[in-house]
Order: sequence, then C-alpha cells, then structure tokens
Amino acid sequence: MPAPPEGNPDVDLHLIPGAVASIGEQDAIDAAIGSAPAARHLLLPALHAAQARVGWISPGALNHICTRLLVPPAEGFGVASFYAMFATKRRAPRTVHVCDDIACRIKGAEGLCRSLEQKFGAPGQDANGLNGAATWVRSPCLGLCEQAPAALVQRAGESRGDEAMAHVTLEDVVGAVETGDVRAAQQTIAPQTAEPRDSGLRLLRRVGKADPSSLDDYRAHGGYVALRKALALGPEGVLREVNDSKLLGRGGAAFPTGRKWEGVARNPARPHYLVCNADESEPGTFKDRVIMEEDPFALVEAMTIAGYATGCEQGYLYIRGEYPKATARLQHAITQTRARGWLGDNIMGEGVRFDIELRRGAGAYICGEETSLFNSLEGLRGEPRNKPPFPVNVGLFGKPTVVNNVETFANVLDVLAYGGPAFAASGTPGSAGTKLFCVSGCVTRPGLYEAPFGITLRDVIALAGGVADGRALKAVLLGGAAGVFVTPEELDMPLTFEGTRAANATLGSGVIMLFDDRVDLGDILIRIAAFFRDESCGQCVPCRIGTIRQEEALHRLVAARTKGAAAGARDVGLINDLALVMRDASICGLGQTAASAVQSALQKFPVLSPEAR
Amino acid sequence: MEAVPLNFVRAVDLKIDGKDVRVPEGTTLLQACKSVGIDTPTLCYLENLTPVNVCRVCVVEVENSRVLVPACSRVAEPGMVVQTDSERVRHSRKLVFELLGSSVDLSTAEPTFLADLERYAAEPDRFDTGDAHGHGAKATVKQPVKIDNDLYVRDYSKCVLCYKCVEACGTDAQNTFAIAVAGRGFNASIATEFDTPLPDSACVYCGNCIGVCPTGALMFKSEHDMREAGTWDESKQTVTDTICPYCGVGCTLQLHVQDNSIVRVTSPHDHDVTEGHLCIKGRFGWQFVQNR
Amino acid sequence: MFGAGGGTSAYREIEETDLIVLWGSNARETHPIFFHHLLKGKQDGARMFAIDPRRTSSVAWADVWMGLEVGSDVALANTIGREIIAAGLCNTAFVERATTGFEEYKAAVEIYTLEHGEKLTGVKAEDIRDLAHSYARADRAQICWTLGITEHHNAVDNVFAIINLSLLTGHVGRWGSGLVPLRGQNNVQGGGDMGAIPNKFVGGQDVEDPVLRAMFEKEYAGTIPDKKGWHLSQMFEAMEHGELKTVFVLGENPMQSEADAKRTRRLLEGLEHLVVQDIFLTKTAEVAHVVLPAAASWCESEGTVTSSERRVQRVRKALEPPGQAKDDIDILTALAKRLGRDWGAPTAADVWEEVRRLSPWHGGMSYGRLEQLNGLQWPCPTDDHPGSPTLHTRLWDEPVSGSRAPFQVVHHSPPVDLLSEEFPLRLTTGRRLESFNTGVMTGGYTSPLRHGERIELSPEDAERLHITAGEVVRIVSRRGSVEAQVKIDPGLRPGLTFMTLHFPDEVETNILTIDAVDPKSGTAEFKAAAVRVEKIVPVQAREPVGAGAAGGKP
Ligand SMILES: Cc1cc2nc3c(=O)[nH]c(=O)nc-3n(C[C@H](O)[C@H](O)[C@H](O)COP(=O)(O)O)c2cc1C
Ligand code: SF4
Ligand code: SF4
Ligand code: SF4
Ligand code: FES
Ligand code: FES
Repeated sequence: MPAPPEGNPDVDLHLIPGAVASIGEQDAIDAAIGSAPAARHLLLPALHAAQARVGWISPGALNHICTRLLVPPAEGFGVASFYAMFATKRRAPRTVHVCDDIACRIKGAEGLCRSLEQKFGAPGQDANGLNGAATWVRSPCLGLCEQAPAALVQRAGESRGDEAMAHVTLEDVVGAVETGDVRAAQQTIAPQTAEPRDSGLRLLRRVGKADPSSLDDYRAHGGYVALRKALALGPEGVLREVNDSKLLGRGGAAFPTGRKWEGVARNPARPHYLVCNADESEPGTFKDRVIMEEDPFALVEAMTIAGYATGCEQGYLYIRGEYPKATARLQHAITQTRARGWLGDNIMGEGVRFDIELRRGAGAYICGEETSLFNSLEGLRGEPRNKPPFPVNVGLFGKPTVVNNVETFANVLDVLAYGGPAFAASGTPGSAGTKLFCVSGCVTRPGLYEAPFGITLRDVIALAGGVADGRALKAVLLGGAAGVFVTPEELDMPLTFEGTRAANATLGSGVIMLFDDRVDLGDILIRIAAFFRDESCGQCVPCRIGTIRQEEALHRLVAARTKGAAAGARDVGLINDLALVMRDASICGLGQTAASAVQSALQKFPVLSPEAR
Repeated sequence: MEAVPLNFVRAVDLKIDGKDVRVPEGTTLLQACKSVGIDTPTLCYLENLTPVNVCRVCVVEVENSRVLVPACSRVAEPGMVVQTDSERVRHSRKLVFELLGSSVDLSTAEPTFLADLERYAAEPDRFDTGDAHGHGAKATVKQPVKIDNDLYVRDYSKCVLCYKCVEACGTDAQNTFAIAVAGRGFNASIATEFDTPLPDSACVYCGNCIGVCPTGALMFKSEHDMREAGTWDESKQTVTDTICPYCGVGCTLQLHVQDNSIVRVTSPHDHDVTEGHLCIKGRFGWQFVQNR
Repeated sequence: MFGAGGGTSAYREIEETDLIVLWGSNARETHPIFFHHLLKGKQDGARMFAIDPRRTSSVAWADVWMGLEVGSDVALANTIGREIIAAGLCNTAFVERATTGFEEYKAAVEIYTLEHGEKLTGVKAEDIRDLAHSYARADRAQICWTLGITEHHNAVDNVFAIINLSLLTGHVGRWGSGLVPLRGQNNVQGGGDMGAIPNKFVGGQDVEDPVLRAMFEKEYAGTIPDKKGWHLSQMFEAMEHGELKTVFVLGENPMQSEADAKRTRRLLEGLEHLVVQDIFLTKTAEVAHVVLPAAASWCESEGTVTSSERRVQRVRKALEPPGQAKDDIDILTALAKRLGRDWGAPTAADVWEEVRRLSPWHGGMSYGRLEQLNGLQWPCPTDDHPGSPTLHTRLWDEPVSGSRAPFQVVHHSPPVDLLSEEFPLRLTTGRRLESFNTGVMTGGYTSPLRHGERIELSPEDAERLHITAGEVVRIVSRRGSVEAQVKIDPGLRPGLTFMTLHFPDEVETNILTIDAVDPKSGTAEFKAAAVRVEKIVPVQAREPVGAGAAGGKP
C-alpha cells in the first residue's frame, strides 16, 4: 500500500522540561505508532492510546508522542485540546459521558444530570467518594437517540474499553460511575426488520438477518456480488453505472456521487485517497451506526468498489469516537476481509490493490465536515479548510480524494446490483433510491426506518406509530440540529431533496425528531445553540463568537418570557443579525447552519410568548 | 543572473462593483480590488503570511455563490461578478467587527482596524446586556496579562485569534512552533503546550509574533510598562531605519524612540531580507546603548 | 573569492536551490534570519546536508548529518572532490572553460578515497558518497559556512577546499548555485570592503598594485607603504618581538576575544601606548592609556554597513550619544588634525562620496538609491546599475570574461593542539542564539534563554568521569584552566566538548583556546583545543551558586 506522506521530519524540538511518560504510557503509545517512521498523521491514534492508558494526556505522554512523531509539543497540545474525549488536565480514568442533548432531554436527561451533580459533584471533577476513580461529564448527542436517554462509559487502563449505554435510568448511570459496569447496553432498533419483515428493505435488508461478524454469512446474504460485478465492468463501467444511478450523497449536501468519483478518477495527480465519513455526530442521527454495527461488510465492499473505480489504493474509514460497538465490528470485518484476500494487494486475484484503515475520531462534530476530517486524519486540528480547492482536487494529504457518507456507500451496492438506470428509476426523479430516517423523540416506536424517497413526513411518522402517548404533536425537527423545525401543518411534505428544499427545509442527515405539546421549545433551542457554541472549531469570527452570542440572546429571551414578548424585541433583532452573518460569512457548514433551526422555530412557533412554557 | 524567460501570464477579466477589471491570473480578489482603488478591510491577512482566511472581515459577494467569499484568499476567475459594498457585505463586515469588539479589548489595536470599525458603524455594545437576573450575560475573553519574562508580555484579553502569531512562529517564518491554537470554539486560544510559561516553552524570543500581532495582545515589555505607567506617547516617538548591530545577516531594524530611548523595535514587512522578522538579538538586544 | 572577497549569492537564492550544504555553521542560532531563507528552500523541497561535529539545532533540520572530527574539513572536501571526479560527475565543460589547475587538483586529491576520507573525518563513507553525488547531480546547490570553517589554523585552506568543490561542479555564478560565507558581525564584510584589512584599499583593490597605489597616493596627497600591513596575529607577533609598541584599537575587545587570553593580556599590558576607541569601557579599554568614547555606529551615527550578501545598507542616527561620546568620524578627523592633516568636518555622506569615487564596486550607490532600494549589492559601478545579487556570473559568459577561477591544492592538516592522554578531550567553541561574542552588547538585556557559561559534555563522557549535570568542573588545557558548570548535551559525540566565549567575566574560555593562527588569514584556532575535564571535590558552599548560575542577569 502506498504509505501516506511522512510530513516534515525535521524540526529542532523543544520538549516540556522534566516531563517523562510512565512505562505504561510509553508502551501504549509505541504500540499505536508501531515501527512507522515519524509521521504526523499518527498523532490522533497515539493520543487515543495515551488517553486510554491513564485517562488523560499527561505532559510526559505528550513529550513521548511528540518525540516519536516529531511534532512540536505546542501543536500536539493544540490537537489534543481540540477533542472532547481527550482530557488535557488530569481526569479520573473512568469517565461516564451522559447525553443531555435534545432527544435525551425529552426523555429526562436534564433531571438525570442534576441528580448526578448532586450525588457526585460537578461534571469533570473526581466523583465524590470514589477516590479519584471516576467522573461524569455532560455530552452532546451520542447517536443513540432512539434509545434515549443514553450514556457512554470511557474506561482507561482497562481491557473492557469503552461501552455505550441506552435507555438509562439514574441507577444505571450511578452504577456505571461507581463500578464501571454497564447494565443497559445499547441495541439496534430498526422496527421494519422485526417479523414480519418489511419486504421492500434495501439498505436494511441484512439487518437482523446476517451475522455481522461473519464474512461467509454476509456472502450467503448477497455480499460480494456487487464487487464481482464491478470487477467485470471495469472502473469506467462502474463510473457509468454510478452516474446513471443519479445517486446523491447522503451526508447532508446531496452532491452527485458519480460526479465526485469521476472528478477523482480523472485527476492526473497521484495518489488518490478514499475516505468514508462515519463521523456521524449530527444530533438526532444514528443511521450510519446501525449500518456499521449490523452490516459492516457491506461498507467494506462498497468502499472497495469505490476505490477500484476511482484509482484509490488507500481508504480511510473515519468513525466517530463515541461508537465503540460499530468500531469493533468494522475492525473485525476489515481484518476478516483482508485475511480472505479481498482487501490488500491482489483483491479476488484480480490484481486490484486497495486497503482500509480504520481511524477513530475523538469527540468533535466538526470533524464530520469533510475538510476538517482530512485535517484530523493528518494529525492537525480539525479545522475546516477554505474551499475552493475542493477535495476532488486537493483533499487528504493534498491529493485528490473521494469522500462519501456511510449511507452513500451502502447505496452503491444496490446501484451495481440493479444497474444504474434501474436505481435511478426508484424513488423520485430528483431523489433516486431509498432513504434512511432516524426517528426519535416523542414517538411511539423510535428507531431507524427505510423508505423510498417521496414518502411524506406524515407517513414516516405513521410507520413509527405516531406521536407517543396519544399526545398532540407540537413540532418536528427535520434534518438535525442543522436542519429546520416544521409544524404539524407541514406533514404532507414529500421527503425528497427537492421537496424539502421547496418547503425551505432540508433532509439533512435524515433526522425526524418529534416534540409533543409538553416539550418546551425554548429549552430545546437553547440546547441547540449550546451545541453549536460547543462544537464550533473556533476558527472564524462569525461562528466562534456568533454562536455564543446567539446562545446568550436565547437565554435572555427565554428568561424574559414571563415579562411578555416585547421585552425581547432587541434580542430578536440581534439573533436575526447573527443568523445572517453566520450564514453568509462563516467558513463552513457548521456556522452557516448554526442559526437555521433556531430561525425556523422563532418564525413558526410562539416560542417566546409567555404561554409557551 | 541568467535570463529567465518571462512566463506568459494570462489575464483574467472580471467585474467589481460594476467596473471591468483585468488582472493577471492568480490574483486574489483583495489585490484585484486594490488595483481599482477599492479599499478592503483585513485583519488576519498579511502579505508575508499564508492566508488563513479566518477573520472574515474581507468578505465580498460573488454572483452565484451561496455564501460570501473571503477576498484575501479567493483567486479571481474569468467572468466573476463581485460586489464589495452590497447590503450583505456591509452587514457581515459590520457584524464581524461588532462580534470582535464585543468580546475582545481593542484598546491597542492597529489604527486602521479601529478606523474600519467606524467605517462600518459597528456597535459592539449592542451585545452587552445580560438581563436583570444575569441570564445570558455576555462572555468575553478577558483574562489576566501573562508576564513571565522580561522581553514581552501576552495579554490575550486583546487577542482576536487571527492566527498571525502562530504562523509567524511556525512555517511562515520562525519554524519554532512555540505557540499554537489550543482548545475549541469560543474557548480557543493561543497557547504553549499545557499553557506552560514562555521560559519553559520552545519560545526563542524572536518576537516575530509581536511583529505581526494586530491588536497589541503581544507587546514589548518596555511598551507594556510605559503604558502601565502612563508614559507611552506615540506622538513623541520617532521611527528610524537602521541595521542590526549583531551578526552579518544585516537585518533592517526600525527603532521606535521616545525621549532618546528605544522603546520598541520592528522591521519592515516588505524588506526582502527580513520580511519583517528578526531574531532575539535584533529585536531585544538594544538595551546596551541605554545602560551606559 | 577568486579575487573578490564576498559571498557569491543573495540570501534569496537559497530559497530556490535544490541542495543545501551547511558546513561548520549553526546558522539556526548564529544567523537566524538567514536560516529563515534556508528553511524556505527546505520547504520548497531542497535536500540539506549539515556538516558539523556537533548535532546542533541547525543540524536537526538536515536530511543528513555528517558529524566530522573537528578540523578534518579539508579531508572531507577533498574526499568529496575525489569521489565526484572518480564517479565521472565532474562538470567537465565548466571546468575546461572557466577554471585553471584542474589536473593538479585531481592528482592531489587522488589519495582521498572514500575509505581514507572516512578514516580522517570519522564520517561514514556512504554519507560522503551521498553528498558527493547529490551535490554534483543537483541542478542548483549552495554551500554555506561560518566560523566552523574559518576559526582554524588552516582557515583559508578550508575555504579553498570548499571553493574547489563548486568549481568541480559549476555550482557558482548562477542563481541558486553558489558559496555563502556568513559573516559573524554586522560589518565584517563592509570593513574589509572599505580597506580595513592589511592588503586592500577600498573596493578590494590591492595595495601592492603600483597603479592603484598611485591613484590613492594622488587622492590622499601622501605616500603609502608599498607592502601590505600586518594582520591581527602578526601584530601580536610584532608586539612579542617589540616591533609594535603603539596600538590604536577601534571597536574591538581583544583582551577578551583573542585566543590564549593570558598571552594577549601580557602583550597588551606591555605596550608603550594603547589607545582604545569604543562605546564601552571594555576590558581592553581598562588597560589603555587613552580611551576615546565613541557613539554607537548603528544607532547614534550615520553611515553604511555591508552584509554577508554584499548588500550595502544605511545605518542611521536614532539616539543622541551619551556624555562625551563622539561620532567615529569626528574623533578621527580631530585626531588627524592633531597629527597635522586638516580634513575639515566631513559628514558620513561626504565620506561615502569619497568611497564612491574610489571604489569601482560602490560607484553606483548613492545614499538616495540605497534608501530607495533597501540597499544595493556590490559590484554596482554606475548609477543605472541594478546591483549584483549573484557574483561571478562572468564564469558562465561565452567565452569567460576576466580571469579564470583557479583550483587551489590544499591538504588535510589536523588541529595543532593535539589530543593526548593528558588532554584527551576536544574542546570546540561557538555562539548561542541570545548572546554575541564577548557578551559586551548582549549582556545589556536579560534573556530567558541565557544560562551563563557552561561546558557541554556528551552523556558518555559525563558518565565516564562521574560528572552530573549542574556540577562545577575544572577544564584544563595546555595553557591554563577555568571552572564552569556542566551541561549534558546528547548532541555531542563522546570526546567532544563545547563552550562559548560569551561570558568572559565569569569564565574566561579563551584561557583554554590556542592561538595557533592561520598564516593566511590571521584567524586563531578557536574551534579546536585539547582539554581534560576534572572533577572538583565537592565543596559544599559552592554547589548552589556554581560558576554559571549567576549568569542569567548581567
Ligand atoms: C459541520 C458538518 C458536519 C458534518 N458531519 C457529517 C457527518 O458526520 N457525516 C457525513 O457523512 N457528512 C457530514 N458532513 C457533510 C460532509 O462535509 C460531506 O459533505 C459528506 O461527507 C460528503 O459525503 P456524501 O457526498 O456521501 O454525502 C458534515 C458537514 C458539516 C458542515
Ligand atoms: S517570540 Fe518567536 S519563538 Fe517566541 S512565540 Fe513569538 S514567534 Fe514564536
Ligand atoms: S495574539 Fe495577536 S497575532 Fe496572535 S492570534 Fe491573537 S491577535 Fe492574532
Ligand atoms: S536580527 Fe538577528 S539575524 Fe538579523 S542581523 Fe540581527 S542578529 Fe543577525
Ligand atoms: S443520544 Fe442523546 S440526543 Fe442523541
Ligand atoms: S482578512 Fe480575509 S479572512 Fe481575514
């Protein structure tokens, strides 16, 4: 495999005086780096190793990493302090991350956190009475919204590693903090895959059927038919099918996949890189997690096809750090496939070279933005790059790069199985194929649903059993925190890229989150604003300062509700001004959409009227 | 020198504020604007640093672009139609100035920057109020001044996070990498590793970060002390170009002198020997003429 | 070089070269802004070799470090030269057209095989081969050096050996290819260019050339000796022999800057008449009969200085000099008047006009142009001349204009101060980033980087001698001994030790150094003394203070 560039190996390093890593830290870091020559792109794996060993990035560990990788300590610190899962001050080795994001709030997460605070003290500090063994922190969405409230146990120095918890009670979380034991393990919830199975499932067809740990079982359920077909078609043939399929990216921007692939395939610069964006961190989103947990071989196969078609020999799968189960299953799938010779130097004996390296994020929503993802992979801070140039020309390590979402890749198998034109004929003319919908919130059967494009919002909600507890629907958040709120009157909106756009909405990452008449939207808006403030990389002024000013103004407005709406006119003006500058002048999609949900809610709902509470 | 054949440079035609403009290929919109006398505010941009395009005060409107684009780094393309003074542009520039002014102490910022604030009628105070109960009180970057050596001080209450110092300390000049951006979002800041004091860090006191800082967040200790004592008076200062008395490189020093004392040393950014950068001796090694 | 005493390239050129050889120079610390230009070249893909006995912070940036034995530079250069010839990589067309003496050179270096070179220099044969081939094959290549080359008893030979390599490959006289000696002080270049060296008038014009001498005699209305004068070490020789009894020192501190400090002190104190003109009451001034307080030339008076890229630049008055201090020009004209010559009261600009009139290099450099163009690089003969970033482009003219460049046969000659059982360690000296020479100027500001004088030892030697970091030890050479605190530097190879000359008031390193002098240049061998390091039986009271501990503050 072509090794990634080594970066500049020459610098007169100055280390932190007197800080030496423990033997344990050294061993962990050395194991993560291996015998590779000093290479900056190994920084994140090395930091993970240090964090997993002792629960924080100590000065000694940073010295050791920087010496091995020839990274200046100030830069190493800049990277480590960027990620929420890394602590740069001593932190207890066991940290329980408790989601207090929107879906979990609806299910009582805020109360849970208050109780934890009473019992254990402030988040991040050593939990009361546990001799520095554990702590708890608040977390943004953990991608388990259909099983809210959720939590994640991060364990250092233990072989058990990290583990997610779902449908947690206070007792569950207290137990996890005190002992590290997980009593409420996460599951997979895709109601259409329960018997009687929905016969129209495509992306979910193997979920609940094929053993996700068995390559043979994957084959028995249709796996590796598509790759064989691709090899028969040749790269040009694959590009043609994908173009014909009219497949649009499922990561949020709905860019034509065929065009992207062609752009890289035809680019004379070498090498080409392939990246699978599995950083799924948009609040309310959990679709990619389900695919990775339940059908990991499908992702491996689809990436292989993409690599083959676009002339990439090295692929990176960048998965969010809070997905331990998906990470384990994917790693297993990659190892098995490689052992079978279907990844590596001579795939299926056809002389095709392609391999995949799995890389974990470390708690940063922004790293889902493709160019910050590249920076993160390269061992830099996860700050988005200015575009142009676009990744097809200048991507990972400065080379032409294909980057696609997990769900996009999953669709590629169908494109090859049915043929491009047939794929294009499904769904609607503007939105081909099926779509995964992450349904959560005040709904009877939360979970992941698949439906052809064109289905209405009302019908998806019906699939999920309607509003829970027979309550009245107040609002639906469509597309995630970066999406928009829609009203009960808008439910007949067809769920397509073009349909939502026409309604000034967005499909985003397929989030459909329901709020019934008991939910205080003001509280939800403040949480959304806080999410963006927290997740802004901090690079550009409109986003770095705009998001915090938006949050402050919302706090004031919501607090002012008791005094009547007029009290907040000035702050509404500020919020609207901020929305404009963030949308117009931010570098990346995070800042550009940080006001979108808030704006839609303020326009459509009487959020600020005294009666709203 | 050998005769180097002049590369054939193609011309690019575009429209800026309704005017036809022709520039050589590779020209940024900022340069293109300048070529027709349009003055664009900048903050994070400097000729001798790689554009980071983070501050966004230079944004312009380009037809068919969903969002505004940073003039400092966007390269002119044939047929572009650019607006530099549209409602959207004015709004964004004004808001960026207001956001900075609302969170950062700009009292010692470059005069041009303060003039731009006025030009766009920025009212940073708009964001001031928390409500009566302290709900939504305004966050700022206010913090104590860092004084950990005798040469220069760091007052990050004045930092607009323009990245210039990081670039000057890094690959754009000094390659010492003593400082980097740490943390994230509003908490992002310029820091050494673990915020260790400068004498323990990799800092070599070239002061090249001071040389590029637009806000006075990084300041000669001499200037800081005089400001504290109320004796700093730029109207009484002269600036004289001379050559560094130390090694044989021959760096141009600009001596800022008040009351027959050197109070600060800079170097011109457009000088092709220094590009504005110096080493510790040229930057700080002048005390000996004053200790006599 | 070949008749013009200046580096051949502009700093900018190193940004566009393909191969950089940094030879005997810790430019990262001693010429930091030049190193900025060098790093731009590296960022642009240039490969870098560093030749230095110590693994310095400059070396850290190199692709290949060649840690040679102190004083084996000629052997290394000759081995590289032989390998280039043997591998058939010599630029024959250039050699034939533009040089002389190739055959003699070829014969002379024949003995420096890779194996022999490895033995003499301690550098791996494969690394020498790598450098030879890379240098010869590079499109453009630069060799840069500093005092690591020139502070040796055979300094001029070292330089010749390097020049030979550039002639062999044609890496001279073209943009991006050249020889870059980095000067240690801001006007070393200018001083020489102005004629403040024993053998030249202003503009590099030979004093022994009768035609030139006649021109100057006419200009100055007097006679000028027809033999070149003494250089610094010859002056000390002459003092030793009683031939030199009166000395006028301008802006130098030989008492502390010369090798073998004991001898220097004895000779200076023995003078009949010593006049010192300086901005400080230096150690030398302290023993002078007359001290003339001068204004600091770089900020209290007007004039020009010339940098390592032959760039003449203006210095200007920004401050009023203190007390009785006077401008150098005023002091000299007053002195002349007492000696019977009335030069009037010339300004710096007047003096500069004289330079322009008499020096062909400087004719085109009016103050106005110097101002406008950020200085000009000589030669710049006329008002419409753009100056000369690159020197010796004539070697590429067809046919070569002017004289051809000669190869100079030079041979390896190890340091004079031999290692022995009694003095088994090699002491080499150098500078640190934040300090300068004898510290007279840099002592004026407090630097967090300054830790006083320390002797740096390799971890291996320290362990063998049971010495730990921070301990105060005695360092003994054949000439005397000093005490200093120990710093352990893993960048030193066993057998090598390092000190600076920055803190002579605390630790007079020059007590140790040898005044073995290069007969051709007059520079002493600061870079190679033989010493031993002795443990001092721990004295309780001394420990926390240490010889260098007080060095942080002046
Ligand atoms: C703040 C932000 C976060 C993003 N997060 C993700 C993500 O988690 N997963 C993803 O696939 N795309 C994400 N995207 C979109 C990616 O930038 C990119 O458009 C996508 O990976 C392209 O893949 P696709 O063409 O297959 O949709 C995000 C964009 C932004 C601006
Ligand atoms: S003084 Fe120089 S080394 Fe120190 S932080 Fe500033 S730029 Fe970096
Ligand atoms: S310290 Fe100055 S130069 Fe550095 S980021 Fe802040 S404002 Fe910019
Ligand atoms: S500033 Fe530093 S590099 Fe420049 S001339 Fe002075 S001592 Fe030399
Ligand atoms: S898991 Fe809590 S909101 Fe998604
Ligand atoms: S000057 Fe253009 S973004 Fe800062």
